[in-house]
Amino acid sequence: MKNILELLESDSRLTPEQMALMCDKEVGDIRLFIEENEKKGIILGYQTIIDWDKTEREYVNALIELKITPQRDRGFDRVAERIYNYPEVQSLYLMSGGYDLAVILEGRTMKEIAYFVARKLATLEDVVSTATHFVLRKYKDKGVIYGPAVVDERGNCL
Amino acid sequence: MKFDYTSALNPTLCDIRPSGIRKFFDMLEEMKDVVSLTVGQPDFITPWHIRAAGIESLEAGKTYYTSNSGTLELRLELAKYMERRFSLKYDPRSEILVTVGGSEAIDLAIRSLVSTGDEVILPLPAFVCYEPMIRMAGGVPITVVTREENEFRLTPKELRDAITPKTKLLILSYPNNPTGAILDRNDLEALADVLRETNIAVLSDEIYAELTYGADRHVSIASIDGMWERTVVVGGFSKAYAMTGWRLGFASAPAPILEQMLKLHQYAVMCASTTSQLAAIEALTNGDGDIARMNEEYDRRRRYLVKRLRQMGIPCFEPKGAFYVWPNISGFGMTSEQFCEKLLFDYRVAIVPGTAFGEGGEGFARISYAYSISHIETALAGIERMVRELKG
Repeated sequence: MKNILELLESDSRLTPEQMALMCDKEVGDIRLFIEENEKKGIILGYQTIIDWDKTEREYVNALIELKITPQRDRGFDRVAERIYNYPEVQSLYLMSGGYDLAVILEGRTMKEIAYFVARKLATLEDVVSTATHFVLRKYKDKGVIYGPAVVDERGNCL
Repeated sequence: MKFDYTSALNPTLCDIRPSGIRKFFDMLEEMKDVVSLTVGQPDFITPWHIRAAGIESLEAGKTYYTSNSGTLELRLELAKYMERRFSLKYDPRSEILVTVGGSEAIDLAIRSLVSTGDEVILPLPAFVCYEPMIRMAGGVPITVVTREENEFRLTPKELRDAITPKTKLLILSYPNNPTGAILDRNDLEALADVLRETNIAVLSDEIYAELTYGADRHVSIASIDGMWERTVVVGGFSKAYAMTGWRLGFASAPAPILEQMLKLHQYAVMCASTTSQLAAIEALTNGDGDIARMNEEYDRRRRYLVKRLRQMGIPCFEPKGAFYVWPNISGFGMTSEQFCEKLLFDYRVAIVPGTAFGEGGEGFARISYAYSISHIETALAGIERMVRELKG
């Protein structure tokens, strides 16, 4: 059943009926498996990958490096929680190396992001320093290459 | 004097009819809103590390001819590959030839083995190239129609019945395009029992060897006792590594046969593309994972397609190789062509009428699953609508 998770990760539109045919399983078993994995928090959600650059939508992404003073007993978790609860924060990772937390933000403008960093992140008690890097162009995300739509150019041959 | 093309051209070639399916494909290309399941090549792009090896070879200025047989490095890797995957031993210096696609290797083998009046046993349905190539070599194709009840395998009895004193060559193309049939070790042993008593050579087109499903891996007839010395095995990179456009294949055969094939190859094409050969070395050395990944995906589509067709009430033999299914559509009171044309014009879904693959194709159609599941499902929805309406 492990490959059901892989299938859903690659295409969450697949229905239990389709996966049952593809994997030689019973539809009921697949439904149950999905339900159990949702309950266990293994399946956390279903999303669509959209290249917003091809739309009218104005947006900016930024990667913020944060250096943190870890708290006794709680380590980085407490400050992480205070950061990830902001809806502007798309991703948050604890990192090894030159800094501690990597925050991926999304805002409408660069100014909006700058304000968010200055007012919401830099002011957190345990944050020692911030470094903001704006994303200029997305080439690939979640394993998907951002480019022109793929056209089937294969020639018809038997 | 007006130039007369009729007397100028080769009459044997002029007598060969162009593939009937061309008309169907031309028609298809004119239509814009059709969901097609007709293509006979992978939908995957050549894995990046293989493409990168090709690019790097160009950057390094490797733009010369290689030796006629192909680079020795590639032949060494091919010898290792044949032993690793199919337990076949070939001397890379005298028993392996790199060709422009598997098709060139097939042509070379036929022209090296067949002369005027020789009979060639050809199980059908099969890929369309064999019959014209046999005729161009002056040979006579003796076709044997394989049966659905035998899972489209050539049986020892059918083989024995087709043999005459003029029989020179048997062509086997398994895993088969279009049926998806395979021959397992027992089938091959039984055919070998018939062949051992003869001097008939075998051309085994194993271009789909890496695309088999289920527990059993592909078995080459050359690995059966007494068959290696009479068999030309044709393989290639197109299907296994999704490298169709690179046009790279190979033949492995005993030195006396390969020596003759090499003569034709060196005079006709000199050598296969250098860039493709250098990319192919990367494919053979680091590409086993790519094969496994693509196979897994094809297998899921195969199961999906077969079961959906059966759910619609269309009998469908379970293919164990290649990337095609071969449903039996004879129950709809139409010829294969009528069925496929109605599906195309009224339901905007394209599949290939079985008759495109010669005798034995009537009553069947070929559906390719070299497409994404969502694309396959869109096409199946159209087929389902037609079937429902036909059944009233």
